[in-house]
Amino acid sequence: MKNNSNMSVLLKGILKENPVLVLILGTCPTLATTNNVAGAFGMGIAAMVVLVCSNMLISLLRKIIPDSVRIPCYIVIIAGFVTIVQMFVQAYFPALYEMLGVYLALITVNCIILGRAEMFASKNNVLRSALDGIGMGLGFTVALCAMAFVREVFGNASFAGIAIPFLEPYKIAFLVKAPGGMLVYGLLIALVYVLTQGKAPLKKDFSCAGCPSAGSCHTGACMKKGEEQ
Amino acid sequence: MEVFKTLIVILLSSVLVNNYVLSRFLGICPFLGVSKKLNQAVGMGISVTAVMLLATAVTWPIQYFLLDKVGLGYMQTIIFILVIATLVQILELLLKKFSPALHKGLGVYLPLITTNCAVLGVAINNINDGYNFLESMVSSLGCGLGFLLAMVLFSGLRSRIDESRVPAPFRGLAVTLIAASFISLAFMGFAGVVDALFA
Repeated sequence: MKNNSNMSVLLKGILKENPVLVLILGTCPTLATTNNVAGAFGMGIAAMVVLVCSNMLISLLRKIIPDSVRIPCYIVIIAGFVTIVQMFVQAYFPALYEMLGVYLALITVNCIILGRAEMFASKNNVLRSALDGIGMGLGFTVALCAMAFVREVFGNASFAGIAIPFLEPYKIAFLVKAPGGMLVYGLLIALVYVLTQGKAPLKKDFSCAGCPSAGSCHTGACMKKGEEQ
Repeated sequence: MEVFKTLIVILLSSVLVNNYVLSRFLGICPFLGVSKKLNQAVGMGISVTAVMLLATAVTWPIQYFLLDKVGLGYMQTIIFILVIATLVQILELLLKKFSPALHKGLGVYLPLITTNCAVLGVAINNINDGYNFLESMVSSLGCGLGFLLAMVLFSGLRSRIDESRVPAPFRGLAVTLIAASFISLAFMGFAGVVDALFA
């Protein structure tokens, strides 16, 4: 039971099973919204709210939803919460709404949320699902902010929109553009591998179960091969 | 002639300049997951293009003739994702019934496309950009072809990575992402080309 305590459910999302850097879920918003810290933070919190709400509702309904139509049901629940969050952000944070644009609506198809619904919320009680949602949401936000920090500080010589004058002559503009996002993401994944000394669980071992691409995806298999060499 | 020029600009810019995978970051999961072999990359790319075209053909009229008419614009996300999920299901059933050979080739990719954010992204972007029906269809075709192009290019690069020795921390996804970054860097060179062609 020790491993399954509520605390570990909450904390595992932050480093050990970080959804972005270890499970490699939700790559699209990770790359698209991290060219500045404010946008990344907003994206992380918005996704976390949707994740916690949908995890709780799906966990409540887990005995009612028939197994064969569960994926469409989950998608409708998630899309409903996304719409609520979208309207809320539009009303109270118009600047953030402008910045995130279409990616806010695309939280619907973020595989972290569907993945956690399938892997965790459909098998656990409401409290644990909510904690899992908070932990995974925090992990997502932390990873996004870390990436955005690197990209914005070194790429644009600013932090959350505030200019850092002494870095101005040394900024690497390429980092805030599209290729820089992929480069920083790749480097961060390697860093997490070093931090966890390669002991982080392989993607294949658990996240593929909930990933809709599992049927034809080879990422898990190639990571496994890398491990054996 | 003017219309034709607009359509060509939309097509070329969505294939090359605003490539969905490499510069807008939509559809990264299948891009990383299914690009290991050339034939799979082509299969996935064609399926995505077909679904994008179908989804736009259905969601554009829904937005303009239904949602806007009755003031339900905020239901866009829910309606669109339901439409896409349903379309993919129907397409799979039809293929299975009428063209088993094609279903065998493309069938495995279809269920994955429901949660491909590029498809929902194209449908929403076409509305946001204020394209008319024809422009929306051309833009979807361009995005699909751009996705196919990125997948094919990347599958070639990946087969080289698999044969090389990579330091342990970079094995697997890290080196793949860094390679993708270089392709994306190459595509940045297209910025401005399309506008200059028709200036």
